[in-house]
Amino acid sequence: MTDTLSVEHLNLTFENENGAVLALDEISFSLARGEILSLVGESGCGKSVTAMAIMGLLPPGSAKISGSIRLGPTNLLDLNEAELRNVRGNRIGMVFQDPMTSLDPVHTVGMQIAEVVQRHRGADAKAARSRALEMLDLVRIPDARNRLQAYPHELSGGMRQRVMIAMALACNPEVLIADEPTTALDVTVQAQILELIGELKSELSMSVILITHDLGVVASTADRMMVMYAGRIVEEGPVERVFSRPSHGYTAGLLQSLPGYGSTLRSHLTEIAGSVPRLDHRNPGCTFAPRCRFATGHCNAPLPDAHEIGANHRSLCIRDTAVFEAISNHEIVRAWA
Amino acid sequence: MLTYLAGRIASAVPIVLLVAIFIFSLVNLTPGDPAVLLAGDNATPAQVEVIRERLHLDQPLPTRFVVWAGNALRLDLGESIYSNQPVTKLIAQRLEPTFVLAIATLILTVVIAVPLGVIAAWKVNTWIDRGIMAFAVLSFSVPVFVIGYLLAYVFAVQLKWLPVQGYVPLADGILATLRSVALPAMALALVFAALIARVTRASMLEVLSENHIRTARAKGLSTRRILVIHALKNAGVPVITVIGIGFATLIGGVVVTESVFNIPGIGRLTVDAITRRDYPVVQGVILFFSVLLILINIAVDMSYALFDPRVKG
Amino acid sequence: MAIIESAVPSHPVGPLLRHMGRNRAITLCCLFLIVLVLLAIFAPVVAGDPLKIDPAHRLSSPEAGAIWGRDHLGRDVFARAVYGTRVSLLVGFSVAILTTVFGVAIGVYAGLSRIGGAIVMRLTDAMMAIPAILLAIAFASILNAGLLTVIIAIAIPEIPRMVRLVRSVVLGVRSQPHVTAAISIGTSGLALIWRHILPGTMGPVLVQATYACASAIIASAVLSFLGVGISPEVPSWGGMMADARSTFRVQPVLMLYPGVLLSLLVLAVNILGDRLSDTLDPRKSRRTSL
Repeated sequence: MTDTLSVEHLNLTFENENGAVLALDEISFSLARGEILSLVGESGCGKSVTAMAIMGLLPPGSAKISGSIRLGPTNLLDLNEAELRNVRGNRIGMVFQDPMTSLDPVHTVGMQIAEVVQRHRGADAKAARSRALEMLDLVRIPDARNRLQAYPHELSGGMRQRVMIAMALACNPEVLIADEPTTALDVTVQAQILELIGELKSELSMSVILITHDLGVVASTADRMMVMYAGRIVEEGPVERVFSRPSHGYTAGLLQSLPGYGSTLRSHLTEIAGSVPRLDHRNPGCTFAPRCRFATGHCNAPLPDAHEIGANHRSLCIRDTAVFEAISNHEIVRAWA
Repeated sequence: MLTYLAGRIASAVPIVLLVAIFIFSLVNLTPGDPAVLLAGDNATPAQVEVIRERLHLDQPLPTRFVVWAGNALRLDLGESIYSNQPVTKLIAQRLEPTFVLAIATLILTVVIAVPLGVIAAWKVNTWIDRGIMAFAVLSFSVPVFVIGYLLAYVFAVQLKWLPVQGYVPLADGILATLRSVALPAMALALVFAALIARVTRASMLEVLSENHIRTARAKGLSTRRILVIHALKNAGVPVITVIGIGFATLIGGVVVTESVFNIPGIGRLTVDAITRRDYPVVQGVILFFSVLLILINIAVDMSYALFDPRVKG
Repeated sequence: MAIIESAVPSHPVGPLLRHMGRNRAITLCCLFLIVLVLLAIFAPVVAGDPLKIDPAHRLSSPEAGAIWGRDHLGRDVFARAVYGTRVSLLVGFSVAILTTVFGVAIGVYAGLSRIGGAIVMRLTDAMMAIPAILLAIAFASILNAGLLTVIIAIAIPEIPRMVRLVRSVVLGVRSQPHVTAAISIGTSGLALIWRHILPGTMGPVLVQATYACASAIIASAVLSFLGVGISPEVPSWGGMMADARSTFRVQPVLMLYPGVLLSLLVLAVNILGDRLSDTLDPRKSRRTSL
């Protein structure tokens, strides 16, 4: 497998009159061709910011960014705005969380898909329109020909999210970034959309970055996962390895807060106390330690680099053995073991 | 759509009726004897009596209103006391200059205001934005007749590019007509544009913060396309609404501007009628403008569907 | 550990005053308004006789006796401009006050009474369908001429706007939990209005009153310019501009003095209104990143 996208030493600071906020701290990862990589974490952990940084959609001026984001041989951080526009919607497609508000309410869905094709493929109106029709078929929208004329408000949430996917994929991008694509949808529709993304990934041989806070989504869809906390990747690895041997206090907490996974016992649902800290400078120790029930005094000392737990499975946690031992009897972990 | 239009017109009927009652009482319920007022200070009792009879002032008020309103429905607004001509005829004669001036103003306004509002929203909180908004507050604050004389002084008196005043009818060539309304239309448009530019900016700012604009950016669309095709169309309804509301101000402005530039339109007719105390004309003209305004606002409501498909008739 | 609580500074009092104090535009506008008010009050001290006709010096250039020259009747332009401040300010402030008093009273009633509200709304619909300046011109010409007439004629078309604004605010305030609670524990009508309804309307009303003041100043100038309402004898900026029309080509500067003063006054009031509305509106213009 070759890497489609590779992010190295990405650091990002937002600056405003109240000071600076460190949003991303030494983020490095790569995305293989045909892979679904899931970014997991609470809101504010940096997963959406990572996506916006890849898209080049961070507000100019206030964001200070360093490192590299390579799409093939090109470093996206070296591109100017016009060059970035040629990447967005063309080589990287993006699907957003809320399909109810993410489509333009005053244009037909056909027009909204066709305009991407016209923009990036230089297609004429007719060709773009037939491509739009093709895409609606591809995302399994029934009666696609008539739906071209539909306005977003005439479609259900699930249908709108399919339109969003059709739009993002209309130019055959190498990478699809899906930012919480199912959070706003009904449970049954969620499953359909995730299934669709999985199928399209194979059909179009693209790579997918799936951003979610829902471990259930990760378990059912992703190949590999990256757990983020306060701007850092705290644990990463193939989904089955992370689930079968959780090796970070935060991952353990996320697993334990997952409702009804293979169990009817709601009493197992626990929440992680506290909230994601906002950092105004780099903290050398573990940022999760204040909320972590496994933390010891050592956790506040400068952290070593992430260490290998198993093949392709890395964690930042120095207490990973203790974490795993404590959680090894958890039903999810047992189910994946 | 048609049922909606019918409903809208039906709901306007009581408003028109109220307006008519209002205008009628305004003229007829004022302290003092209207006939004496109308006849002027130097009238003989006989002259007063003639006027009293001609205006049916000897009959009870409700009867007079019913007669007046009934006639108005048949487009008969009575006769001018001054020229003895039917009021509707007087209005019809003066319609062209006012209409040309209003249309020219409207076009100029949209051409000036909408781009300024869009640019200000796009460059929000920069000096460009602040400059445009300062210009808007300024031209909103300078009364239309002050702007009018300023423009007349610069472009007509000093540069001699355009006529100082007067109106050339369309029959004498459209170019000459346009030259004659250029300055008054510009003066009016500056005031009106200030209002529209502010609303366009506010509405655009609202839209630009919406999620679908982020989607449009993620699609790699050009800034111009995002602003014009996606944001502006979404921002259209409030802008159109304010254009409709602004028509009331515009009509007031037309009245003043026609006096400044000596244009023989309905505005002049109104002012002349008021100074001559020609009340049938005053009543008629105010009723005419009010009904026009109500119709314009119905048209504005209908036009929402052009901008927003969620608005269905 | 570096867990930084997002430090939200809490200013319980005075952010408004401090914000305005720091703002140069506000200071300038207020200074200008104060100067005009002082000029209006002390006009007899500052300027000469605005009514004295001096045919020998018609349209004369600035001189010691008349620093802005003389008009077509030989009257002192500076003196007329200074005295003209009185009409503009009197009309502006009076209309703002009248509009506020009647607008709030009727608006609160319309917001609290269901049937009364519906009737008031239809009436304001009808009044707002008549172009305001036409209504004012008609009123002013029909009633007896005078300053009071002008004030009433201009205030009447302004009131419906205020009524609708107040009513919408009252409807919003009324549905808030603390007010519903106050109603449910049987707070008496007047106490309810005084303690719960009125405070909520003050901000928008203040802004609207400022704008009403600005448009009243323009409207009074329009009336004087068209020769309706107050006698052309009484010095007013609009009247001065009407006088200057006949000599516009020869002596355009006679148009300039009252025109600029009028524009500056309206501008100052409008800027105050804008800043007031920015300060009172918590939704500041957001940053976009296109």
